[in-house]
Amino acid sequence: MSQALEGDRTFADKFPEEARIVRAALLSSFLALVIGAILGIIQTLHRTDVARIIPSTDYYTVLTAHGVFLAISFTTFFLVGLFTWAVVRSLDRPLLNTKITWTWYALMAVGMTMTGVAILAGFVDSIDMSADVLFTFYAPLQAHPMFYAGLAVFIVGSWIAGADFFRTWLAWKREHPDERIPLQTFMVLTTMAMWYIASSAVAASVLIFLLPWSLGLIDQVNPTLTRTLFWFFGHPVVYFWLMPAYLLWYTVLPKIAGGRLFSDPLARVVFVLFLLLSTPVGIHHQYLDPGIAEGFKFISMTNTLFLLLPSLLTAFTVVASVEYGARQRGGSGILGWLTDLPWRKPEFTGMMLAGLMFAAGGFSGMVNAGMNINYMIHNTIWVPGHFHLTVGTAVALTFMAATYWLWPQISNKPIYSRTIGLVQVVVWFIGMALMSNAMHAQGIMGVPRRTAEPEYSGFEYATMFGGFEELNIQIAIGGTLLFVSTILFIGNLLLTMGNPTVSGLADPLPPALSGPADSPKVLDNLRLWVGIALTLVVLAYALPLAAIIQRGGLLGPGVGTYPVWLAPLVDALANATTALVGAVGDASAALVEVVR
Amino acid sequence: MHIHAYEKIWLAASVLLILFLLGSVTYGAVGPGVAMVSDTEPTIDAGALDEDERFSEPRVERVGENEYAAYVVARQFGFQPDPIVVPANSTVTFYITSADVIHGFEVAGTNANTMVVPGEVSEITVRVEEPQEYGLLCNEYCGAGHHVMEGKVNVVSQSAFEERTDGGDGE
Repeated sequence: MSQALEGDRTFADKFPEEARIVRAALLSSFLALVIGAILGIIQTLHRTDVARIIPSTDYYTVLTAHGVFLAISFTTFFLVGLFTWAVVRSLDRPLLNTKITWTWYALMAVGMTMTGVAILAGFVDSIDMSADVLFTFYAPLQAHPMFYAGLAVFIVGSWIAGADFFRTWLAWKREHPDERIPLQTFMVLTTMAMWYIASSAVAASVLIFLLPWSLGLIDQVNPTLTRTLFWFFGHPVVYFWLMPAYLLWYTVLPKIAGGRLFSDPLARVVFVLFLLLSTPVGIHHQYLDPGIAEGFKFISMTNTLFLLLPSLLTAFTVVASVEYGARQRGGSGILGWLTDLPWRKPEFTGMMLAGLMFAAGGFSGMVNAGMNINYMIHNTIWVPGHFHLTVGTAVALTFMAATYWLWPQISNKPIYSRTIGLVQVVVWFIGMALMSNAMHAQGIMGVPRRTAEPEYSGFEYATMFGGFEELNIQIAIGGTLLFVSTILFIGNLLLTMGNPTVSGLADPLPPALSGPADSPKVLDNLRLWVGIALTLVVLAYALPLAAIIQRGGLLGPGVGTYPVWLAPLVDALANATTALVGAVGDASAALVEVVR
Repeated sequence: MHIHAYEKIWLAASVLLILFLLGSVTYGAVGPGVAMVSDTEPTIDAGALDEDERFSEPRVERVGENEYAAYVVARQFGFQPDPIVVPANSTVTFYITSADVIHGFEVAGTNANTMVVPGEVSEITVRVEEPQEYGLLCNEYCGAGHHVMEGKVNVVSQSAFEERTDGGDGE
């Protein structure tokens, strides 16, 4: 939007009700962050055998809660808050009906509370409820029904949030029939379209299989099928976390650096590529699964590697935009401009360090994606080492750093201490560098992820540079620094909330150097892109899912016993589906052979 | 749409990198003939492993000249047999299944690594060289005792292996 429209009023001045919603969503996100950080430090000290304050059997309760609160709650609440801000700001119009907005917020909060209670009840022996199934909830490990029900409610809430954004955009479109979709809104809409596609599979898995199974309505489920449906969602969800960070890198970071976004059209291309490519890749989490043909795995790898493209393009655009900012500020030389950047601003330094870590995470991600090298590191602590760089730093550190810029815009309150902010983002970077470096190294030694006591009694890991114990110390120190950083962040924010309201904090965003008019109109054709995305999903998943159901049956290999009143229905459904799938499978057998 | 010259170079280099990665994996698999865990084995009834020919008595069996088959069952919280004893300088094919939930089968520090899913049989073939003792662990969370689920793969000399199997469960 143009500067003239924005004037020097902040978002909070122009849209007070929306600003309240954004603040509520961000605060929910940060509550999850604090809980996750407390669980994180318990975990890191336990795993490394520095301090074991809980029995090892409870470690998995901690791990489940850490995963769900940080990966689902922290990220998604921040995202819906940020997206509400981005849509309203870039369309420069209020939401259609904030009652609907508060409804989805309430649904998400209630859903997450249900899931959280089901998990945390695992600590209390007298409550007959637990959900120690980790973030991935692989059947046939079973959680209390409230765990699954809470997840379903949460996802429905996020769907209504997406509808809210789409409806607001449609209303704007009626008012501005000939204008291009503003960039931030475009990013929000493509991300939410991707989310609808991706989350449909996990919703189906939960509602059709896992929830009825946990309620005792069906006896068993097909573990490969539910696992595949989980990963159908489980990989795109990492882009769901990442795309708000990208939105900030594209639209806010260049401004903070003193310049403007390099290219609006290319930013659109990147988001379209994410919409198209992020879903048909989930099988790359299942390279080592029996029951899935090698050819399907290979197709998934091909898609995955092409998914590198939008991230590599982003690396170019973000660095180019920041360089442009530095040169606007008087920077010169091949690398000399780097010294002309605002390194004392926590929002700038935080986002730049996050981007640097994302590059490192990208490289370990390429290793994960290679279906042959994957054998070396699959399910080792290398993998958490990788995603603590991507979601744990690229995303989380960007969110925290951006908050130092965003919070004054949505509350009219200046940040309590920008110095503490700067220390906080640097401590996070150092902590994560230590922790994830050591995790990667231990992973190559074969140390598994997701275990309370990785030291084992019967054998020792082959020693390599550094050794197991030394790496453990690195992990413990790194984890402790991350905890300290989180406390600094939250403390700073709480003190900020206590600051008096002032005016004059507005910091409007400039338009891109190469504006939307330079991009082909077809980029804004969301129907087309969603159509292609769905086609790619069908191409990537129809055959593997058909093969899995044909092999093991809808409800798993082996014969189950169902409650009598349900049996005919379930049997008929299973038979019909198996027959249908069989026909599809047979018809496409030739294609499968080619693929193999 | 205007694309900057540097941007074009970057784009081309990115695509080349991706093609190189794809090519290297394809060569790594097709060239030396490395097989991935796949859907070669039919499903089995996880609830009736004690009636299964291969898994009712988990064991290592000679199946050819220097070729052995190891039938392994993973269940909360251990592997059978334990230790898994195989002779040096041979080719061993592991057939691994689960009696209950999803487990992992990882020979620590090597690339012998697979998921173990109930109802499915994972097949992985490895070449074992010198005698050595390897740690075997479950790398997928499988319940409250997951961290004690460990075992060993002992690669022993041919003569030691034959001595062991003289009892009759060899061939």
